[in-house]
Amino acid sequence: MKKIMIDPITRLEGHGKIAIFLNDDGGVANVYFQVPELRGFEKFSEGRPAEDMPQITQRICGVCPEAHHMASTKALDALFHVEPTSAAKKLRELLYSAFYVTDHTTHFYILAAPDFVMGPDAPPAERNILGVIAKVGLELGGAVIRTRHENHWVIQTIGGRPIHPCFGLPGGVSKAINEEERAKIEEIAKSSVEFGKLSLKVFDDVVLKNKDYLDMVLSDTFTHRTYSMGLVDENNKVNFYDGKVRVVDPEGKEFVKYAPRDYVKHLAEHVEPWTYLKFPYLKNVGWKGFVDGKDSGVYRATPLSRLNAADGMTTPLAQEEYEKMYSTLGGKPAHYTLATHWARLIELLYAAERMVELVQDPEITSTDIRNIPTATPDEGVGIVEAPRGTLTHHYITDERGIIKKCNLIVGTTNNYAAFYMSVKKAAEDLIKPGKEITEGLLNRIEMAWRPYDLCLACATHSLPGQLPLEVTIYDTQGNEIKKLSQGI
Amino acid sequence: MAKLKIALYWAASCGGCDIATLAIGDKILKLAEAADIVFWPIGMDFKYADVEKMPDKSIDACLFNGAIRTSENEHIAKLLRAKSKIMIAYGSCSYEGCIPGLSNFYNRQMTFDRAYIETPTTDNPKKIFPQTKVKVPEGELELPEFYDTVKTLAQTVDVDYVVPGCPPEEKTTWLALEALITGKLPPKGTVISHSAKALCDECPRIREEKKVKKFYRPYEIIPDPEKCLLEQGLLCYGIATRGGCGALCPQANMPCTGCYGPVEGVVDQGAHFLSALASIIDSNDPEEIQRIIDDIPDPAGTFYRYSLPDSLLRRARIK
Repeated sequence: MKKIMIDPITRLEGHGKIAIFLNDDGGVANVYFQVPELRGFEKFSEGRPAEDMPQITQRICGVCPEAHHMASTKALDALFHVEPTSAAKKLRELLYSAFYVTDHTTHFYILAAPDFVMGPDAPPAERNILGVIAKVGLELGGAVIRTRHENHWVIQTIGGRPIHPCFGLPGGVSKAINEEERAKIEEIAKSSVEFGKLSLKVFDDVVLKNKDYLDMVLSDTFTHRTYSMGLVDENNKVNFYDGKVRVVDPEGKEFVKYAPRDYVKHLAEHVEPWTYLKFPYLKNVGWKGFVDGKDSGVYRATPLSRLNAADGMTTPLAQEEYEKMYSTLGGKPAHYTLATHWARLIELLYAAERMVELVQDPEITSTDIRNIPTATPDEGVGIVEAPRGTLTHHYITDERGIIKKCNLIVGTTNNYAAFYMSVKKAAEDLIKPGKEITEGLLNRIEMAWRPYDLCLACATHSLPGQLPLEVTIYDTQGNEIKKLSQGI
Repeated sequence: MAKLKIALYWAASCGGCDIATLAIGDKILKLAEAADIVFWPIGMDFKYADVEKMPDKSIDACLFNGAIRTSENEHIAKLLRAKSKIMIAYGSCSYEGCIPGLSNFYNRQMTFDRAYIETPTTDNPKKIFPQTKVKVPEGELELPEFYDTVKTLAQTVDVDYVVPGCPPEEKTTWLALEALITGKLPPKGTVISHSAKALCDECPRIREEKKVKKFYRPYEIIPDPEKCLLEQGLLCYGIATRGGCGALCPQANMPCTGCYGPVEGVVDQGAHFLSALASIIDSNDPEEIQRIIDDIPDPAGTFYRYSLPDSLLRRARIK
């Protein structure tokens, strides 16, 4: 038995490594995707004052602290039985939409685009953001940097701090915005809409007009027929900040739609001894192992899953793009993992359009931003749609609001079984007896998990636009017989 | 002059410090002129073997973020210490243990029990826990060991400088990088920030007399936007926290939570805050004082929110 280690890959709430075991004939025997780190938040949150949880739990992830801050703040609304003021909800969603614009921008341009713009077999030295800018134009590079920078300013202006915001409280937010700030945010929102449109045009030009890429997107190697999960509003339209969690089966039929407080009835988590991360699945379907299909509880919570789980978008430009995507992909739901990149850009456009709607709302500069809770706290669940998947925070407190129990199901974690399966399938399809394992082949395996944006998509997390991989092939005695590396 | 060689690494951390490093904006070009980044797992291609092959002390400075909580974290910390002339604890996790350091109120088994057995969504009837070595049909898989106690970088290797904050603000980061680039290094052991004094010095809120009859929790009151939060009964930690961030949280109407660590000369930030609080309680009646203090929920977890592993307490004793 030969063993190929891909170690380390970067950032999955820590590090990550992949072990590929080969048969004696050179085919793939099995693949393991290990997460070698545990953070421990569910335990050490016990004993902490509930109102501190938005600032404590955002330290799970400095890439998407806004998502934890928001899920936690919503859990506090439920826990303290207090409804935030209308202006406070709008401010929260405005910040959250700006966060989506920055996060999706970074993922697409820094991580995803190099594979398509430069090609999966391009030399690693070119297959990065700098290569993308060189090919597509400096102007676009400038727009990427500007969009990120400006929306970070929006996050700091509303949330109080650039990284790890501090404005969330049960019943509202700590700080209002003034007219001067509002006007500046409006300008940023409008230019973000233009940027969203431009990004979809780039995708159209580079990917959709290239038959090879479109074939790859539609290929079986990058397809898994799973359940799809996403947050929807009362009309079953995509919403990132609030609503119910809707799950559709692999045929697209609604399987369940649940309110945040009912999540325990619908989700369960499986444990394996070879990884510190758990595998969530649909409880009422059951854990059947790492397989897809209607009988397996494996689901996905990604941009594409959110679009699959919803009936459409609430904003006009995003809705147009939504329709175009499904007509190109041959209907809904779509199970092509690589189409997740497309869905992400449609979400980016939606987030920017939503920013414009919210910032033009006359109530957005209201100072009526806090309702003081009066009820005794007991239990609360808060759910938002994080960029990397449905994010659930669940707290139980004593009557003083001190955390007794805490349960968290985090964005990336939702997709653990699915991205593990995607990597396994790509490895099995691509590594064949007698076929040389090339750098481009390794990159194609990498392309199987990149669409999930494994909490590793931020500009800072992979500047060269790829994960460094090292594959070492051992013979049955454990002797190294071949070493290949990518971007190292 | 030869370019500096700089390494950046993240151990048990959230990634926010790496984003903060990049948040220096266009100054990153100045950094690129003066220094080569030779190792940065999440910013650049790398492999551990490359670092192992480097001669000792061949890296000029290492900015190390994240606490030490697994055998892998410890191994890399020791490796980078050997290879680096200057070791900098960058950010609150490596400096003091930070939020993940609250784990020291519990131990490994309690953390595992919660994560892998107790949580209401966990389905684990065979009580399986992750193992450092696991036999699978095809071979053996390994995981790093998860320690009982979260440690700071300085409890693991010799540290030359500290950059405080969760995460450090842009200007604080630049202060440290500028010192490296210009070679104008402060004495060993310096905590690099624009201030050695309490955050109150840079807070724009108006301070009058600190006399508190009752402490409130942030959700209970809407504070006056101009006045000192502590004087209004909110547990603002600025009085016992090093300045340098610009008092961002108090300006967003939220109390400082202490992420820049203790002020110069103070070893135990929590003890310092407690003694500062004792001096502002407006009572001489021991029973009333007790009542006022009882209003503070979770004193240990609040006073040591960022600094438990680095404090005199280090960790709770688990019976």
